[in-house]
Amino acid sequence: MADPRNIDIKDQPGFRSIAIICLCVLYVPVLILMIFSLNSGSLVTQWEGLTLGWYGSALLNEEFHSAAKNTMIISVTATIISTTTATLAAIGMTRVKPWRGLSTAFMIINLPLMVPEIITAVATLSFFALIAGMFGLNFGIGNLILAHTVFCIPFAYMPIRARLEDMDLTLEYAAADLYATPWNAFKRVTLPLLVPGIMSGAALAFIVSFDDFTITQLVAGPGQTTLPLYIWNQIRRPMTPEINAISTILLLVSILFVSVSFLIARRRAN
Amino acid sequence: MPDKPGRNAIEVVDVSKIFGSGEGQVAALDTVSVSIRENEFFTLLGPSGCGKTTLLRLIAGFDFPTAGEILLYGQDIAPLPPFKRPVNTVFQSYALFPHMTVADNIGFGLEMLGKPKAQIKVRVAEMLKLVKMEALAGRRTSQISGGQQQRVALARALAPQPKVLLLDEPLSALDYKLRKEMQIELKRLQHETGITFIFVTHDQEEALTMSDRIAVMSSGKILQVGSPWDIYDKPAERFVADFIGETNFLTAAIAGVSDGKAQATLKSGATINATVAEGFQPKDKATIVVRPEHAKLTAAKGDLSGTVENIVYFGTDTHIQVRLDSGEAFTVRQQNTRSAGCGFEQGEKVGIAIGNDAAQVLRD
Repeated sequence: MADPRNIDIKDQPGFRSIAIICLCVLYVPVLILMIFSLNSGSLVTQWEGLTLGWYGSALLNEEFHSAAKNTMIISVTATIISTTTATLAAIGMTRVKPWRGLSTAFMIINLPLMVPEIITAVATLSFFALIAGMFGLNFGIGNLILAHTVFCIPFAYMPIRARLEDMDLTLEYAAADLYATPWNAFKRVTLPLLVPGIMSGAALAFIVSFDDFTITQLVAGPGQTTLPLYIWNQIRRPMTPEINAISTILLLVSILFVSVSFLIARRRAN
Repeated sequence: MPDKPGRNAIEVVDVSKIFGSGEGQVAALDTVSVSIRENEFFTLLGPSGCGKTTLLRLIAGFDFPTAGEILLYGQDIAPLPPFKRPVNTVFQSYALFPHMTVADNIGFGLEMLGKPKAQIKVRVAEMLKLVKMEALAGRRTSQISGGQQQRVALARALAPQPKVLLLDEPLSALDYKLRKEMQIELKRLQHETGITFIFVTHDQEEALTMSDRIAVMSSGKILQVGSPWDIYDKPAERFVADFIGETNFLTAAIAGVSDGKAQATLKSGATINATVAEGFQPKDKATIVVRPEHAKLTAAKGDLSGTVENIVYFGTDTHIQVRLDSGEAFTVRQQNTRSAGCGFEQGEKVGIAIGNDAAQVLRD
């Protein structure tokens, strides 16, 4: 058999056409969306000329401001809480003597990834309705933060755990051997080496929370409109390229965020 | 070789380590006792799985014995966590902290001990000089070669001036030439620092050339402790004789044991002198060992006779494999001269002379 390293993927029959189709399906719609954000006409399907006007009106739009603010409050808070929780969980599940129920705990943490989101959404909604009815408790935007934190945890957990499992345990032995107490060994060796994992965990959690729609739509109360909900509300009215501009802004924020965390993670890893 | 008895740095007393439970129990160490003297270069030698690394980990504190005591200058350290033991380790993989510079790695132990910054700086500079790494103090550990990483690992472990330095096969990742250099370097460091070294290796040559004393281990037990010379020339058991160097095993009838010497009658009928380990009373039949370089091939009839089967040239010497008339195999090692051949040919009938002090009776 030929050495697989000598096989050039580009020579394989059909590779080019399949690759081109995949790239088109994935990115052409996004590209069209971005192009029409620059359309001077007021239709999202008919090109009339070039303008940045829709970005101007989007940035001056009060509703957009308030949605962006809500989104940032929810996403940032949920990211911080879920990443911290996930970090502690990952450490508690890799850096201790194996305990009874370890694999069950692992399953429970990752279960939200398997449960259809609409089920989680309905369940969360009923849960908040229940505690509101029984105890008269309503945490306002806290409800959304709580809901987001819960579904962000598995996303934050996975890269952190992977990093911990890849890490050479001997480094921690070496720290202990060199008189580091368990806390010092964690602070000076484990944690700094874990930072790239924590960064990618946090980036994932942020992105997942930032564009969540299903759960947010069901749980959000009045005045708790997030950006995805705002866009959803806009497209139910006659659409203008302003929505394209807003979507493009969202996309750029996501790309920027992911790139920055990726670059930081790579620099720390080297 | 004179023994220089000093204080014991480490005393391992009846230590057992059992992994697993129930049916799957494995004794990695089985009631092991050994004393390691102050300032000694002590080697734990054995094949993989013999328990040598387990014993080292118990001394370091990465694991705790199932039974027994480990005394460091008389104090039982077995229950202490690693960060409370004045003992440092050089790891097989070096385990340098990748996010710190060479200097920060070396200073880590002192920093954790809470030493003042100025003092750490002085000590780190000293250590860098000791291992000749001054020029690379500011480098990341990923930016230096394997041999340099090895030096940093040594400096890092020596910096806090441990009472005992543990070395877990530290040379196994280096290529042959670098390994030879580091063997000399390690001896020098041990001499200069005066710290007790406990060195783990599976490489018998490394053990023989570097150690003051060697403990040969197999299946969780220590079989023999002694100087390299003792271990090589007076192996007590078949495993020790077989594991260290090449050797010939012969069965012999034993008679007249006195003064540590026995009369051993070989299958060929010849009777030779063989040394017996102190305090050991051999039965009528025993295995004796003769090192290939302690026997001499002769054209005339010797203590043994046989036919040359194979001649292997090794540069410095030649190994001549002889099939004895009794059916056993026997190898003779003969020093080469520059111009002459070994003087024997394949198929030739030869005799083998065994010197007066060449044979040792085994305990098995």
